[in-house]
Amino acid sequence: MSLRTPLSEAKGLGSAKEGVSHWWMQRLTAIALVPLAIWFVFAVAMLGDASYATIVGWLQSPIVTVFLVLFIIATFYHTQLGLQVIVEDYVGGWMKVVSLILISFLCIVSALAGIIALLKISL
Amino acid sequence: MAQFTLPANSVVKPGKTYKATTASNNTKKIIVYRYDPDSGENPRTDTYEVDLDTCGPMVLDALIKIKNEVDSTLTFRRSCREGICGSCSMNINGSNTLACIISLEECKGDIKIYPLPHLPVVKDLVPDLTNFYAQYASIKPWLQADTAPPPDRERLQSKQDREKLEGLEECILCACCTTSCPSYWWSSDRYLGPATLLQAYRWIVDSRDEATGERLDELEDPFKLYRCHTIMNCTNTCPKGLNPAKAIAEVKKLIAQRRN
Repeated sequence: MSLRTPLSEAKGLGSAKEGVSHWWMQRLTAIALVPLAIWFVFAVAMLGDASYATIVGWLQSPIVTVFLVLFIIATFYHTQLGLQVIVEDYVGGWMKVVSLILISFLCIVSALAGIIALLKISL
Repeated sequence: MAQFTLPANSVVKPGKTYKATTASNNTKKIIVYRYDPDSGENPRTDTYEVDLDTCGPMVLDALIKIKNEVDSTLTFRRSCREGICGSCSMNINGSNTLACIISLEECKGDIKIYPLPHLPVVKDLVPDLTNFYAQYASIKPWLQADTAPPPDRERLQSKQDREKLEGLEECILCACCTTSCPSYWWSSDRYLGPATLLQAYRWIVDSRDEATGERLDELEDPFKLYRCHTIMNCTNTCPKGLNPAKAIAEVKKLIAQRRN
């Protein structure tokens, strides 16, 4: 039984005065992913059963490298933002903090691994 | 942590059945959620057979008939019986609505009536709306202006500016939308919910109000505002046909607009 007033409970810790960046970046990455994802699926399908050398050659093309780096960044940024919302919705207490840290780390590590692997091939 | 199953003492069990006493073939089964905190028993669903020949046309009429003639312990809120006070909001056949403006005819089959979802139940169909009203109060739902009103008249507003309040000022705070929102179910301690956000927008677009910036400051919060994931249950369920989801989207657009 809380003796705090309902208004005090409702006001809580007040406004964080942020959230618009998260909202905006989620939409920005979503818009970016529309052409990037279509291009990626289409390009991979076009490669079909190409030889190892052909695919390495494709990856080394500057335009392909740039698009793939953008694709990786947008994908994992969008993933991190989306998973963060799901965790905030459904998970509470210390589990929330741990989950949010893990999600950030996993997304950053995955994105970096993808980008560095790509650059090692194409540079 | 969000809770997906009911605690043991909240599991709803089948209750009593009351047959219609009149010899009529025109009856309808109304299954009502019953809970009495003083009894210490689990909630149950009682079934009432209502003779439609001697009952008014609306679901609320059937509830009043049951309370008057069959079971006076049945507890629910009602007042205006014409969809303007917002008292008789409840969950009827799976949708939140006002019992007074939904007719028995448009409810197919047996009618299942539950209190508004995911709120503490005071008794039967009466939910505890304390937090809902406190959240409404927290957005300061009144006109804020530093400029004094003209000494000889009210504050003026152009017809175009007045039109911006259409679809907002009709909200009767029945809480149908807010309690239909899954985001509100999981985070009602921090998320303001569609009704309160629609009301907040009502004051943000009011041309006479001078606290627009402060109001947007107060709303810009990952939980207060951005827990809205455009699920749209609010707009689907609103018994007044309003669009809280659009009002929330407009608030998000204004907050985005003022930063670039």
